[in-house]
Amino acid sequence: METRAQIRTRFAIRVWTAFVLLLVYLPILCGALAGLTKGRYFVFPVKVFSGEWWEKTLSSLEIQTLVHNSLLIAVIVTLVSVLFAFFGALAFARYEWKGRKLYQKIILLPIFFPQPVLGLALLLWFNALGINPSWMTAVIAHLVWIVPVVTLVIAIQVYGFDPTLEEAARDLGASRWFILREVTLPILWPGIWSGALFAFLLSWGNFPLSLYTAGVDSTIPKWLYSKMVAGYTPMVPALGTMSTLSAAALLLGGGLIGMLLRRRRAEA
Amino acid sequence: MAVAIEHQSQTVDTSPKGIQVSPGLRASGPVVVLLGLGFLAPLLTVAAYAFATPKSFDAFRSFTLANFAVIFDPANTVWTSFAWSIAYAVATVVLLAIIAYPIAYGLHRLFGKWAGFVSVLFVFPLFVSENVRLYGWVLFFIKNGVLDGALKALGFSGGPELLYTPGAILFGMLYVYLPFMLFPMTLGIAMVPKDLIDAARDLGAGRFMIWREVELPLAMPGILIGMLLTFVLGAGAIAESKILGGQSVITIAQDIEVAFTYAQNWPLGSALALILVVIVSGLALTVLSKLDLDRILGRR
Repeated sequence: METRAQIRTRFAIRVWTAFVLLLVYLPILCGALAGLTKGRYFVFPVKVFSGEWWEKTLSSLEIQTLVHNSLLIAVIVTLVSVLFAFFGALAFARYEWKGRKLYQKIILLPIFFPQPVLGLALLLWFNALGINPSWMTAVIAHLVWIVPVVTLVIAIQVYGFDPTLEEAARDLGASRWFILREVTLPILWPGIWSGALFAFLLSWGNFPLSLYTAGVDSTIPKWLYSKMVAGYTPMVPALGTMSTLSAAALLLGGGLIGMLLRRRRAEA
Repeated sequence: MAVAIEHQSQTVDTSPKGIQVSPGLRASGPVVVLLGLGFLAPLLTVAAYAFATPKSFDAFRSFTLANFAVIFDPANTVWTSFAWSIAYAVATVVLLAIIAYPIAYGLHRLFGKWAGFVSVLFVFPLFVSENVRLYGWVLFFIKNGVLDGALKALGFSGGPELLYTPGAILFGMLYVYLPFMLFPMTLGIAMVPKDLIDAARDLGAGRFMIWREVELPLAMPGILIGMLLTFVLGAGAIAESKILGGQSVITIAQDIEVAFTYAQNWPLGSALALILVVIVSGLALTVLSKLDLDRILGRR
């Protein structure tokens, strides 16, 4: 039943998608290549490959501090944002209450906001409060943007959740805490897990908020930027590639765990 | 009867001190407090600084329109930054809508079991800092970089000079903001019931007619969210012009940054930021107020 025009359209859409995907990953590949080049300046085609910049990056004390800062911020942001967003998502999608429609829109505003401007506004606010910017203020800045994102991710899971289950448990005399632990949480686990993954990875890769709100503390994206602007070394693409690869590994591992969670829920 | 009794016991349950707090309001508490202190308060601070004496730090203590007078002074060229940023944002929205639509359509209708995998491939770059990805393009376009080197190796005289031009900035924005158009658009297209399209076809509607009269209007909420997101991000973009544009164009976010950092003129920076915020949030609130988020995110 397919016309020739339909077949042609389908083919065109596939080719177009493949082409755009190629463009999406092309610069990441260019960076990987530049990090594996011997010599200080990148020249294509690469004549001699070497792992010396990877070694230098791995053994650099300065970079260890950056990784430490980025990890610390991402872990705290993940824990706090999942906790906030779990309840936030219930308010978003589960409960019927008077302010819900307004709340749904307010929560989107930080996402629909230019991040550099948000970072600068927070910098002003911290200054007005007399707080010196550091990695801790960067955590707050990340939260303002990441909590709404995680709330949406978990809310999508909440929409698929049948509220009569909670009511049934309440009718059977279960306490509020018991219902949360034994009914609500197990059902929402896949969404919470995706939300946590999103939170960690978005914080790990965030640049504009860290740039303005981390003060003298540096994160990986912030350091990379400062070196891109002045003082390029092949450690820049090398560290960029490492950061990308660790994010990919985490997404892959996290995705697999998420699939297992979903499967176990489907079986249960 | 049983229902009535249950309701009664519930209301007793939720008001231990006699104050009625709905579970929804209580659950929203942490997020609302966070956004109050981390989003609303900073914006109010910006507003306060915008009306402070120029080049001073006495927000909340002085009130003057001097900063806005400077911005709207015809001799000042800061309006070109606004014009560039808005133009870039509009171009990004239009081009990304065209680029992303076939992909979003494919994700929903064509790719079948591959759709999940293709989506992950498009999501992943969001987790890599934009500066790392944009710098990859610098390595691609730069002299002796991938494009130039490959063309030379093939016997051509070398690649075109694309880097550090206004076009490179637009390219960078399209590149960075693609997922923000693609995913809301996919959600939107998923909202179009297949039966409706079949029904329209059975009634004799042509392919273009179906698209214009059925698919596009029903997918519009998702498309609008995508357009709004990419507009806002494009209007506030800074990394693209700094990394790919090499100062060939100064965007408004860059002017704001300079006022806050090197120039140490916080009131001027705040006034600029306030104008941008008014444009952006005015647009965001207008569009968002027209949308039913329950429907888009899948409440049955």
